[in-house]
Amino acid sequence: MSSVGNPTVNPEVGAKPNYLQNGHTVASWLLTKDHKRIAILYLISVSVFFLLGGLAASMIRMELVTPTGLMMTSDFYNRIFTAHGVIMIFFFLIPAIPAVLGNFLIPLMIGARDLAFPRLNLLSWYFYIGGGLLGLSAILTGGVDTGWTFYTPYSSMYSNSQVMLTILGAFVAGFSSIFTGINFIVTIHKMRAPGMTWFRLPLYVWSHYATSIIIVLGTPVVAITLLLVGVERVFHIGIFSPELGGDPVLFQHLFWFYSHPAVYIMILPAMGVISELFACFSRKRVFGYHFVVFSSMAIAGLGFLVWGHHMFVSTQSMYQGLIFSFLSYLVAIPSAIKVFNWTATMFRGSIRFQTPFIYALGFIGLFVVGGLTGLYLASMSTNVHLTDTYFVVAHFHYVMVGGTIMGFLGGLHFWWPKMTGRMFSDYWGKLAAMITFVGFNLTFLPQFILGYLGMPRRYHLYKFAPEFQIWHILSSAGAAALALGFLIPAVYLTLSLFNGKKASANPWGAKGLEWTIQSPPLTENFEEPPIVTEPAYNYDPEEAELEEDEEAESEEPVGARA
Amino acid sequence: MKVDRSHSHPITMYLATFFALLVLMILTVVMAEVHVGPPGVSAYNNLIAMAIACFKATIVVLFFMHVKFSSQLTKFWAAIGFIWFLLMFILFADYSTRPRERIEGWEKLPTDQTVAPH
Amino acid sequence: MSVKADPVYHQFEDIEQQNESYIVGMWVFLVTEIMFFGALFLAYVVYRWNFQHTFYEAHKLLDVKLGTFNTVVLLTSSLSMALSVHFAQLKKRWHQLACLGATMGLAGIFLIVKFFEWKAKFEHHLVPGPGFQWHGDAPANQAQMFFNLYFAMTGLHAIHVVIGILVIGVLALLTFKKHPLVESFVPNEMVGLYWHFVDIVWIFLFPLFYLIPV
Repeated sequence: MSSVGNPTVNPEVGAKPNYLQNGHTVASWLLTKDHKRIAILYLISVSVFFLLGGLAASMIRMELVTPTGLMMTSDFYNRIFTAHGVIMIFFFLIPAIPAVLGNFLIPLMIGARDLAFPRLNLLSWYFYIGGGLLGLSAILTGGVDTGWTFYTPYSSMYSNSQVMLTILGAFVAGFSSIFTGINFIVTIHKMRAPGMTWFRLPLYVWSHYATSIIIVLGTPVVAITLLLVGVERVFHIGIFSPELGGDPVLFQHLFWFYSHPAVYIMILPAMGVISELFACFSRKRVFGYHFVVFSSMAIAGLGFLVWGHHMFVSTQSMYQGLIFSFLSYLVAIPSAIKVFNWTATMFRGSIRFQTPFIYALGFIGLFVVGGLTGLYLASMSTNVHLTDTYFVVAHFHYVMVGGTIMGFLGGLHFWWPKMTGRMFSDYWGKLAAMITFVGFNLTFLPQFILGYLGMPRRYHLYKFAPEFQIWHILSSAGAAALALGFLIPAVYLTLSLFNGKKASANPWGAKGLEWTIQSPPLTENFEEPPIVTEPAYNYDPEEAELEEDEEAESEEPVGARA
Repeated sequence: MKVDRSHSHPITMYLATFFALLVLMILTVVMAEVHVGPPGVSAYNNLIAMAIACFKATIVVLFFMHVKFSSQLTKFWAAIGFIWFLLMFILFADYSTRPRERIEGWEKLPTDQTVAPH
Repeated sequence: MSVKADPVYHQFEDIEQQNESYIVGMWVFLVTEIMFFGALFLAYVVYRWNFQHTFYEAHKLLDVKLGTFNTVVLLTSSLSMALSVHFAQLKKRWHQLACLGATMGLAGIFLIVKFFEWKAKFEHHLVPGPGFQWHGDAPANQAQMFFNLYFAMTGLHAIHVVIGILVIGVLALLTFKKHPLVESFVPNEMVGLYWHFVDIVWIFLFPLFYLIPV
């Protein structure tokens, strides 16, 4: 990667090279131990997978515009939606925020020179690439038609598709996730700068700590479960096979034991980003900091106790169902507490509507809808009607896309100047955020209606109910807008690398150790280890007022001036 | 060269742990043959076997793996793994209550084929 | 002469922070291993709960003597591993290498015995798959489930033993060459933690498969 920054390749005489300039060879990138470079490697790779997953989504939406399946056979459709699910979940949503933003920011936010295990970090990226390549090769050699959930006995005994390859891909990617989790846990425990006590940590760090705990406790279970499916296919060791006295529902128990906490792996980092955005763009500390901390840990813990709500109709005993339904309602509470706290942060704050904050506000709206619709699914009586319909699809897209991806984009925009040393156009940023918001709602709101009306998920033929078509058309139109909303930032962010205004150390006027160092940072992050004496988000209301007066006079946000 | 002995422990500790493990292993083998509790009920034997295994694991963790002499943080992570594993047994709420669910038409299901209620 | 200090990597402030980080990191990894094996143990308990009598009948086809012998072998290897850490701390390289070698040797014996056990199962058509034949009174499908679990769990355990032998081998080689990576006792301690974990898994596998009470 060529030097980003001045037109002149070399840094100024006397100035140390930043982490992007420190080594120009391919080897200096592919064998780097610098957490910031590894974050950039991840950024490029997860973006590629996001694009591929998005292409699969486009094919799905195009197919669903007509009730009679003009574009593809049912078998092909099965493989397409499985590809979409596998890519998006295992190769985008789970790694994205932790591996890109977490890797970059956690050492900076705690005042460390690097993560605890830099080589493990690099290994983690290689495992991600390995897993991704295995998954891609599965897709290119025919794909998998089991759905990303791999339910037995279809996946273990009857499917003729590339189940083994895909399982191996997910298995290897799981190790990538585990290594990142181990790294974050040890780093956050052991490498905090002097004075950085647990309750002075930014909430972003807390959310990644909670996420890493989930990763470490949950991922191995899905690893062994998928491995057992593979072993059943190859060696006929039928742990889940009914003919051998096995229970296919046991697969579902073990699968969802991880896959439910996995959704918290996806959302908690996004919530961490949102905490940072609300604090900065309200110039106020997050309301109820301790409550947000305990809520994050509660979500991590309780998240392990609710997996049965994916299995209400699976022949699991209804007594078990009762327990899981109750616990599922409980786990909604900490999320709600966080939403209240973020909103309360804005009260009497000094608000700035810059691009990252638009994404944060979008997150609140979409996450609330997603979360509330989850409650319909958590109640057994309604779940029985809504399960395996488009209602579920809409629900999880609201939380995963409306939640995690808005969080990812908001964070990417917020820390872009820090990571690259360049600013992007705020006008285009806000425009793209709003297009994304509108496009997203247009895509997925009709799907709630579809689900309520009875459209099953994973079906591409709905000629038995042609009245569904109008909703599918609206949804597909929305998908086009959504795609535009995702493409526009890809363009202007890339262009900013060449044309963007050089960013100062703190273009947004935010508090936090990462904003005290230059943009982009030096390889060793801090010239001297910082000593922390202030609580997190130590915004000063008087300072904020002064800023507002300055801005009123100059008609330009304070931080944007380089 | 002077050696830093601050981390090391006497060999007798390791030998004592090893002998305890061997004795417990012999006990486990013996107890498998000796029936404990009411006839036809193997639950007590199972309980004893698991208790001995847990005790063996504990002394391996404490002494061979040095957890007894480690920081709070290490002790926490050592404990949480085993505790979290036990959490998975919630799913017994499913398997243990399935027999109680009366589902019409299933009463006459052959009992040796699936894990259905018997 | 003064004590030669172990090297501190650049991201750490001092040796204590570094050592503790490595040990905690290894434990977090072991937590993932506990959950990894844990799911299999869970599956085992579910099926044994439902097929208690058949599991008892099926387990009689396992050789308790070999199982006990293997248990003694593995426990001894744990001792030699713990001693290797002890000698690493005392910087007694040759003692350390001898203990590492003993550990590898005992692990090898474990695998050889396992191989013969499995060979016997193969000859008696007790290996899962189309060739499975069950001649007892208990339902064949339940018996096959016992052997499914037996092969899955002892197989996964054996894979971990093989990996252990390889890792210990690498550690021994590096120690022999006085490589700077293994100057401190901590890498040996970390490998030791892994090895003791493998031993703990067997401590549970042994009674669950070989010693099912009537």
